Amino acid sequence: MIAEAGLVALWLAASLAAMQLALAALAVRRSDDILAAAVRPVAIVQGGLALLAMAALIRVFLTSDMSVALVVANSHSAKPWLYKFAGAWGNHEGSMLLWVTILGVAGGAVAFLERRIAERTLTATLGAQAAIALGFYAFLLFASNPFARLTNSPADGQGLNPLLQDPGLAFHPPTLYAGYVGLSVAFSFAVGALVTRDVGPAFARAMRPWVLAAWVFLTIGITAGSYWAYYELGWGGWWFWDPVENASLMPWLAATALLHSVSVLATRDGLRAWTVMLAVVAFSMSMLGTFLVRSGILTSVHAFAVDPERGTFILILLAIYIGGALALFATRIGLVRAGNTFELVSREGSLVANNLLLSVILGIVLIGTFYPILAAAMGTQLSVGPPFFEKAAGPIALVLVAVMAAGPLLRWRRDSARALVKRMTWPIAATGISAVLSIVLAGWFGLLPMLGLALAAGLAVASIVPLFGRNLLRTPMFVYGMVVAHLGIAVSLAGMAASSAFTKETLVAKRIGESASVGPYLVTLRGIRPVIGDNWSALEARLDVQRGNGTGPLLAPQSRFFSNPPTTTSESAILTALDGQLYTVLGQSDGQGRWQLRLWWKPWVTLIWFGGLLIALGGALSILGHWLRDRRQKRRAHEAVEAAAHREAWGA
Amino acid sequence: MIARRRDAALMPLLRQIGCATMAATLALAPPTTAQGRPPADYANVQLPDPAKEAEATALMATLRCLVCQGQAIIDSDADMAGDMRSLVRQRIAAGESANEVRDWLIARYGDYVTYDPPVSPVTLPLWLAPIVLLAFGVWIARASFRRRNR
Repeated sequence: MIAEAGLVALWLAASLAAMQLALAALAVRRSDDILAAAVRPVAIVQGGLALLAMAALIRVFLTSDMSVALVVANSHSAKPWLYKFAGAWGNHEGSMLLWVTILGVAGGAVAFLERRIAERTLTATLGAQAAIALGFYAFLLFASNPFARLTNSPADGQGLNPLLQDPGLAFHPPTLYAGYVGLSVAFSFAVGALVTRDVGPAFARAMRPWVLAAWVFLTIGITAGSYWAYYELGWGGWWFWDPVENASLMPWLAATALLHSVSVLATRDGLRAWTVMLAVVAFSMSMLGTFLVRSGILTSVHAFAVDPERGTFILILLAIYIGGALALFATRIGLVRAGNTFELVSREGSLVANNLLLSVILGIVLIGTFYPILAAAMGTQLSVGPPFFEKAAGPIALVLVAVMAAGPLLRWRRDSARALVKRMTWPIAATGISAVLSIVLAGWFGLLPMLGLALAAGLAVASIVPLFGRNLLRTPMFVYGMVVAHLGIAVSLAGMAASSAFTKETLVAKRIGESASVGPYLVTLRGIRPVIGDNWSALEARLDVQRGNGTGPLLAPQSRFFSNPPTTTSESAILTALDGQLYTVLGQSDGQGRWQLRLWWKPWVTLIWFGGLLIALGGALSILGHWLRDRRQKRRAHEAVEAAAHREAWGA
Repeated sequence: MIARRRDAALMPLLRQIGCATMAATLALAPPTTAQGRPPADYANVQLPDPAKEAEATALMATLRCLVCQGQAIIDSDADMAGDMRSLVRQRIAAGESANEVRDWLIARYGDYVTYDPPVSPVTLPLWLAPIVLLAFGVWIARASFRRRNR
């Protein structure tokens, strides 16, 4: 019954989306306020129904209802509770349902909360949101029904891929999807504003919190995913420029550019074309990411539920939405071209540079990701990986860091280069000092890591400079948001540069009682013992870890064997110190009493993810700051109106 | 991103026909051999000379494990990746440069084996893309700026 209820909810949600689209289209065309008034409630109910369908799917997974095909294919009754719950989206159909659910809920939230932009623009926005939702409802209902029943239900299911049986599964896909789908709201706002020719500061202010929120979720999703891959994969890598990794990076790059350009539009009424275009691009990249992950068109280590035919469906949806938005953009080009201009050396100028460089990096990642397909069409099999992306995007990213350091120190509209250099004294000094210091202390360690470390120091200082000379208590929250986010980039960059330059690796085969050293640590193999888990058994090494004369905790890396489905995984054991991580993995036995150990000392590697969290925190502070200011302005306006009425009453 | 999958048996096998044929050829050619045997020398053991090991490590990070779902040979548990690591370390130890080893592997397995695509007529657009994109972007961005002399 639960599965059928879910399916009914899904069909109802789809029909409401169709209704929402039709109502919105009619209302905008006829400027009919009565029709328009119906759009908001429909959007809210549609979101609620999608949520209900998702809840039904989670329910059948939790109860291990083996008459549902999806549960049989992806779950097992012996699985721990958390993985039954999160396993609902650890497969193709479930993850698409999650996608649509977040889409519906986001649309409902816009309908419920948004009061700032013109009603007609909002109606058009909700219409666009319904159009997107409708395509994906069709995809679910016709090509990937998550609630399909089996006529003969087996006794138990086939289980979930063990690599997914990790708390990360409960956290990573939902945050990433919230980010992807949050960008759909930005896309819908852009389409709505184009339809009603309303591209201006009010539109930008309405769109900004959605862009920021999507960006915060994407940042958290990528950070969490990177750390998950880092500890789960057992080789200590945190980014490999894999197609699926790039699929999450591309929307993030577009969203980063978008949130800066939307600020210019909100405060200075500039960069209209950039903002609208980036909103379209950002969501296109989200859909492209979904397509990449779901279709399996590119081989990836992260692709878990792929189906080429379904990929085609998403590709068609992608073509319709992007093509439609671009066509609309072309017909309104005169409208978006207008807007305030400014001089090259100005805050706006630095933000244009930001947009430009981020877009170029996005282009490089996009081309690099898809180039193997293009080359295959030309008859050549080739691989595009880390060396290409580092060489092509690395230098541009470093220039971007320099722009990021300078941008917040520039004045709006026009400024002088000389004044900028003066304000940049401390950051430039910090860059120089850290470059010299790192080479003196560590010797030459490569140009890119050295520049990365030096610029990270400069950026860290530059990101705090906007607070100099301000009253810290009266500084708006969104300024803190910017400071914290930029600082987060500096922290993350420092972690990337340091860990890639100074990582120490030790690969050894040791008998019990023998030791190996890696970085500042001495690791001793104390024993190997079997361990039994819920749905796995493992061999666990006990490693004594010693740094200097002190003793450290016992580390216990495992080699795990899962039976449903039969798989072996390495569970790394990680010791986090203030200045880095010791990463240990148990490999195989050589059959003569020696065990393969893989040990890494990764200095400052934790800064990468800590920086990611700072970036997300900065985004959250910014949302809060803008919200607080809006509320204060509204209250002041209200008070002014009341005071005027008061004066009038007494004056009369 | 979702954690990486290592078990070759579990993978939905290589999808692209090119990959499949390549995997088939590889299955016949040394150094790939049958599963379930002890790993080759230097597959999981470092070279005694740290400088050579560093050179080998840097190279191995840019070579593709041909039977995996997009992993470098340095990041893979697959037997074939182990064989290739062993081969790279031995050749580096014997005094070959990283580029010579890479060229030898490319000659044997094709461009697919390196993550650093060699410049050729096919990859020229790829390597030129950053410059073209940058130039195009600057040309577009120009429109946002007010002319100084106005």
